[in-house]
Amino acid sequence: MSEFAVELRGVVKKFITPEGNELNAVDHVTMQIRNGEFFSMLGSSGCGKTTSLRMIAGFEWPTEGEVYIEGKPMGHTPPFQRRVNTVFQSYALFQHMTVFENVAFGLEMEGSSKDEIKKRVAHALGMVQLTGMERRKPKQLSGGQQQRVAVARALVKVPDVLLLDEPLGALDLKLRKEMQLELKALQQQLGITFIYVTHDQEEALTMSDRIAVMSNGKVQQIGTPVEIYERPTNPFVADFIGESNFFAGTLKSLSKFEARVHVPLLNAEVIGLPVSANLVNGEDVVVSIRPEKVRIAEKETMSTNFFRGRITNTVYIGTDTHVYLDVCDAKLKVYEQNRISRLDPRSFYSVGQEVGVMLMPENTLVLKKE
Amino acid sequence: MFQRLRENKSAQGTLLALPTTLWLFVLLIIPLILTLIISFGKRSPDGDVIFTFSMDNYIRLIGYSTDCGGQAWCIDPLYYTILWRSLTLAFNTTVLVILLGYPLAYFIARAHPQRRNLFLFMVLIPLWTNFVIRVYAWMMLLRKEGGINIALGWLANLVGIPFQPLDMLYTPGAVLVGMVYEFLPFMILPIFTSLEKIDTSLYEAAADLGANAIKTFLRVTLPLSMPGVVAGTILVFIPVMGTFIVSDILGGRQVILVGNLIQRQFLDARDPTFGSAASLILMVMTLIVTYFYTRKFGFGEEIVAA
Repeated sequence: MSEFAVELRGVVKKFITPEGNELNAVDHVTMQIRNGEFFSMLGSSGCGKTTSLRMIAGFEWPTEGEVYIEGKPMGHTPPFQRRVNTVFQSYALFQHMTVFENVAFGLEMEGSSKDEIKKRVAHALGMVQLTGMERRKPKQLSGGQQQRVAVARALVKVPDVLLLDEPLGALDLKLRKEMQLELKALQQQLGITFIYVTHDQEEALTMSDRIAVMSNGKVQQIGTPVEIYERPTNPFVADFIGESNFFAGTLKSLSKFEARVHVPLLNAEVIGLPVSANLVNGEDVVVSIRPEKVRIAEKETMSTNFFRGRITNTVYIGTDTHVYLDVCDAKLKVYEQNRISRLDPRSFYSVGQEVGVMLMPENTLVLKKE
Repeated sequence: MFQRLRENKSAQGTLLALPTTLWLFVLLIIPLILTLIISFGKRSPDGDVIFTFSMDNYIRLIGYSTDCGGQAWCIDPLYYTILWRSLTLAFNTTVLVILLGYPLAYFIARAHPQRRNLFLFMVLIPLWTNFVIRVYAWMMLLRKEGGINIALGWLANLVGIPFQPLDMLYTPGAVLVGMVYEFLPFMILPIFTSLEKIDTSLYEAAADLGANAIKTFLRVTLPLSMPGVVAGTILVFIPVMGTFIVSDILGGRQVILVGNLIQRQFLDARDPTFGSAASLILMVMTLIVTYFYTRKFGFGEEIVAA
């Protein structure tokens, strides 16, 4: 067994747009998906995540590069000869067949015996809690149930890799959250590699072992949810996952753990953590700090990365209070967790109030400008 | 009053259905009742209808006869032959039209969307020409000195085999060819519609689950396009049962169908009473066939509408 369940090496997929232009829907994508991993491809529509998934499934073939499944180059292997199965965004259930027939379809194609089909279909439907629904037609099921049929139909083939193309997109929020946990539990229980395509960052963060953030056909970053959120390696990822304050600046000095950046808008030097690879002294960089990681302080407690600012707006949203500040010529947003239960309006920050803000160097990321 | 109409959905429905209901009542129900009444009448010597209640026309259709030399009565199979000929022709036409129309509809449905409309347009172009003229065009092609024989003769000459022009016109085959040609678009369009509705991800799902192209077609495409085939069958079978122009022009006196029989009663024999009886029998026969057909396959809407 190969170390990687699926590997993409330098994969390019070109499409011709209706206007006749050539478009790299997938642009030199390289990624390695480990066995038994819950791997997500995350990005907004048109970022190439679904096309990448379809090339793994065999519905599309790469224009350049190669897809490997269990170490074997796939070339032009048709879908039905790959040990991967897909759960489609639209579910793609066969409306003219019952739930049982839908799930049995893949086994019939394998030529399994009637008894075995019965046994395995019952097992698969049990896994997704649809026992007793065998004789229903897909139209007689709710959206969530149809989704489960699609999962059972793919899993009954015991694939090496299960590909899921935004499988929860059509469900309402509550059901989606339930299904997220169920799918994750199912994946852990079966130990099958899941490759999950989604545009919902919360979904990706909740479910995945690792995430590939994609945009414009390129992989922006691959990492665990914590790595992606805490150490985004470029401004796109920092902006796409969660929220960030960004300041443009010039890199003044650089060591392994510390980067000094002159930020004109703050009229000061900021000390931060060099995150992007290949930073060069003197180049233009972006300083990024998450709003919940900025500290508001009355008194100056640090000699560096401490700034005075004026509050321009505050928004109370229950769990947090969002505080918007003008700091020098820069705008800064700060999310303060409401740790203490209180009602007195005087205990909140007020507009016009002068406060100090601290940007802790370990929370202040220095990223290569794109 | 308009205020109340705006709020009353069922009254709105009634109002919308009213023009068509009136139209159908005046032009379908009343003529049908008249036909029924006339079919029980008798023909006067100068070809008028004498209104009475007589079963003579139906007895004649059954073929019951007392004029059969020696025996007290016998059954004349003439009208059964005509009816059977009509049924088999309608059946054969429908089958051929499905076999020819399905692949074309499939091809159009899977064609690039930009080209799809052009193809559909091409299917519809023949319908711009008058029905009768198109049948005459086939006459030009099929007759002894016609296009097909000229082409065949030229080919035979090229290969160097002696060639006798074929007698194609005024044969059952000519009628079949004409019918298939005339009714092909009515099969292609509904099949196309139901094929076009099939989500392409279903083909991918089938391939993903291990089905090759043939199995995908038999297990997924064909069942999901059956509503189109059923609708097309109804659109083709029923008119073929009743039409008389194709058989009149391409079949001559050789191929007489129920339609020709009825037409001749009204125009040549000037016996509207017998013509009416024959029309009603044709209608009943068609209804019976359609009834059993739709009971087995539905009207072709279940899967699409579901």
